[in-house]
Amino acid sequence: MIQTPESEKAMSSTQPSSLASVANARIERTQASTATGTGLESRGVHAWFGKNHVLADINLEFAAGSVTALIGPSGCGKSTFIRTMNRMHEFIPGAAMAGQVLLDGKDVYAPGVDVTKIRLQIGMVFQKPNPFPSMTIGENVLSGLKLAQIKVADKDELLESCLVRAGLWNEVKDRLDAHGGSLSGGQQQRLCIARALAVSPQVLLMDEPCSALDPGSTLRIEDTIRELSDSMTIIIVTHNMQQAARVSDYTAFFLSDGGPGEMIEVARTSDIFSQPKDKRTENYVTGRFG
Amino acid sequence: MSTTAIPTKPWAKSPRDRIIGFSFFFAAIAFSYFFVAATEMKGKLAYAFIFFLAYALISSTFSFINRGRQAAKDAFVSALVALGAVVTVAPIVSILATVLQKGIPGLHFGILSNDMSMATPTDPIPTGGLLHAITGTLTLVTLSLILSVPIGILTALYLTEIKGKFVGPIRFLVQAMSGVPSIVAGLFILSAVLYPITKNYSALMGALALTILMIPTIARTSEEVLLLIPNELREAGTALGGTQWRTVAMIVVPAARSGLMTAIILGIARIAGETAPLLLLTGGGDKVNSNPFSGSVGSLPYYIWKSFLAGSPESITRAWTGLLVLMIVVLILFISARALSNRKISK
Amino acid sequence: MTATLIPSPRKISTEPRRSDKVFRGVVTSGGLSSLVVLGLIAAFLAYRGFEVLRAEGLSFITSAEWSITLDESANVVESNFGLSAMLVGTILCALVAVVIAVPISVLSALYLNFYAPAWLKKILVAVIDMMAAFPSILFGIWGFLVLMPSVEYWAKLINRYLGWIPIFEVEPYFFSRSPFVAGVVLAIMIIPIITSVSREIFAQAPLDRIQAAFALGATRWAMIKAVVIPHGRSGVVGGAMLGLGRAMGETVAVYTVLNIVYQINWQILLGAGGNVASLIILKFGEASEFEIKALMAAGLILFLLTLAVNALANVIVKTTGKSGR
Repeated sequence: MIQTPESEKAMSSTQPSSLASVANARIERTQASTATGTGLESRGVHAWFGKNHVLADINLEFAAGSVTALIGPSGCGKSTFIRTMNRMHEFIPGAAMAGQVLLDGKDVYAPGVDVTKIRLQIGMVFQKPNPFPSMTIGENVLSGLKLAQIKVADKDELLESCLVRAGLWNEVKDRLDAHGGSLSGGQQQRLCIARALAVSPQVLLMDEPCSALDPGSTLRIEDTIRELSDSMTIIIVTHNMQQAARVSDYTAFFLSDGGPGEMIEVARTSDIFSQPKDKRTENYVTGRFG
Repeated sequence: MSTTAIPTKPWAKSPRDRIIGFSFFFAAIAFSYFFVAATEMKGKLAYAFIFFLAYALISSTFSFINRGRQAAKDAFVSALVALGAVVTVAPIVSILATVLQKGIPGLHFGILSNDMSMATPTDPIPTGGLLHAITGTLTLVTLSLILSVPIGILTALYLTEIKGKFVGPIRFLVQAMSGVPSIVAGLFILSAVLYPITKNYSALMGALALTILMIPTIARTSEEVLLLIPNELREAGTALGGTQWRTVAMIVVPAARSGLMTAIILGIARIAGETAPLLLLTGGGDKVNSNPFSGSVGSLPYYIWKSFLAGSPESITRAWTGLLVLMIVVLILFISARALSNRKISK
Repeated sequence: MTATLIPSPRKISTEPRRSDKVFRGVVTSGGLSSLVVLGLIAAFLAYRGFEVLRAEGLSFITSAEWSITLDESANVVESNFGLSAMLVGTILCALVAVVIAVPISVLSALYLNFYAPAWLKKILVAVIDMMAAFPSILFGIWGFLVLMPSVEYWAKLINRYLGWIPIFEVEPYFFSRSPFVAGVVLAIMIIPIITSVSREIFAQAPLDRIQAAFALGATRWAMIKAVVIPHGRSGVVGGAMLGLGRAMGETVAVYTVLNIVYQINWQILLGAGGNVASLIILKFGEASEFEIKALMAAGLILFLLTLAVNALANVIVKTTGKSGR
């Protein structure tokens, strides 16, 4: 665990331009954080499915230890955008992209980069909880280690710490040998978070992690997100603006007007909701459309 | 946007990767060549096998050095699964090549207009033809279709739409029926229909046996297809006030149409070249028989069988030609079925 | 005793319309056809073969001899019908076929689903489906004229280096038309079947779990081991059983490449085998009325055997299906 370098703070807090196409936010760290690395950055990221241009020129920086919410109506490319970050985008036939995604200043798309290593460093939680049904709860948490054949000294300790951080330990500590499918939806989603934590990623991408859950489970997961933000960078896609307001330090608003999705505005979450610069953002966050 | 972004695929293979891949490829070829020369393993199979083994080893070693153990395993398995695919497809290439090579010499215009009633096994090829066999096979397939399509699809509908108390047993029995060996189906019709009732070979007898083989293929494939139709569609139909019969006939079956078509085609393919029951039930006549309900009737499989067993060079050539024609029939069936079902999907 | 009145649940009855009643009746009777057909098969074969089965008793299954002597007026003087060599041969050939076919099929199914480029996959799937549709007589004749010589060469190699394993022994030294050759031909016939069953099962492996595995940094193979194989195991077993049943009942393809000998033989490379279905074809043309009854009885045994394999397949698929889920 490395302390934040001073230079990090120095380069932050440039006001984002109101012009969508050149919106480029420097996101500062909100608190003395223990997160590793220098965070994640997208430079001019575009994405295509076949001939369909779905995402245009996204420039965003995610400082280590920050929580950024991506909001916007359906089909504006938020999910596609976070899937370009850990290179899950390329599984879709016909997918293409342009631009760079920098993790600790290194392009994850550079030739010769081992994509499996990238995905270890940038974890992901999906919209629908997807525990491996053939594995027990314990095995599910440690499955990432098994998949990538990472050796750890003390598996039990890791198991416990991941489940504790995911806020699930108390509920499952007595039945770690039960199958993952025996948990409720909210518990399954926290199990998936614990699973993502076990490989100690620097960045955690969350693609609408609460959209399939009831309000109670949603609150539990939001607690989890806030606790995790001390130790990692989190990017969360959400349709729920209250949720964005509750958990994130920064919020980026995406929009597509029939063409490719663009990022309209990024700022501190409080600013986005109280004094958005762009009219479209204001319309969206006040519920006038979308 | 100051510049237009160009779509790229950074994950695609770079020229460098390709060069490395090709060099592995050639190294493996060279290795297999020397290995086959040096050891007792001989023949094309040996080349292919050693080639893949060498390729797997070279590429996994390379991955191991660059990316470690997991990547090495991955590379090894990649080569292995490709070997599996090659071994799967290799026989068909060989079969196609052999049938073309040996069957073409026996082709002549007469095969579509003559039958074998005036030809003996040692007669030169231009004597005789396949007319009786082709018409016979068409008769058999048509009769079997008439009998088996309704039963097969009804069975599938019972399993997916009625869901009565016999669903478990019937699913089991259909599965069991698909395991009925063709020869047993033949013996059954022989003992149950031919001996006690008709006492004569006929196309109908053959078709009855083929029906038994065809029903489970159609039923099982149709069931799978019908199960894929989302339940919401059925509920929507019922909620709109449709009776079950109308919901099934107007929503479920049309939605599954292309799949049901595939099921029927698979059924035809299952029986088109079926030989064993025909040997027991159809008599394998050498003349065109226009009566499907009585009298010995020829068919492509029977013709091939007869010619193959006759053993003279001419008749072996006839057998290959028969195989060529049978293969073309199956191919046409198959391709037209695919085209048909594809067209319906796109609509 | 509490005084609260708990209402008993109401009966909900749906009276279907007449069109639905007819529909249900027609579909149900169609659905029951498989029951009727299977029942009739067993009944008729048992009825026709009853005389022989009663005369032979248990030795119909345990004895290996198959002979019948007739006098001039075609009366049966002496008859001995035993199927043991044929049964052993049938099972042996089918097992050889499955052992060869399953690994190859699983590999090629994995290749098709997770490795092949889209254009190649399309072609290969079409080719393999087409191969599954090819008639068995094609495989039989091709196997006899083209494949057999090279398989015999490989059999000799196996015998030289692995001959110390009992099933690879060859005594006397005769390799032609062995159960191994028949097994290879059968394997080639059932590979497309098992491949397409496995391919379909693998393709249904849930995409969200596949993505989860990749997102955790799995390589393709690690993902397959963690997600696809647990999901598809029971399906592969089902496909293999399907292949086994098909291989046991196959007639003409085996008949062309197998040397039928009325003696139990466990040496798979030795040119002596048995096969119930081939026996029926072999004997049918020249059989007397009484021998036909014996063949009916043999058909009944083959029928019951394949039925048993299918039942077993069902049980295995159901139990492994649960654990894989």
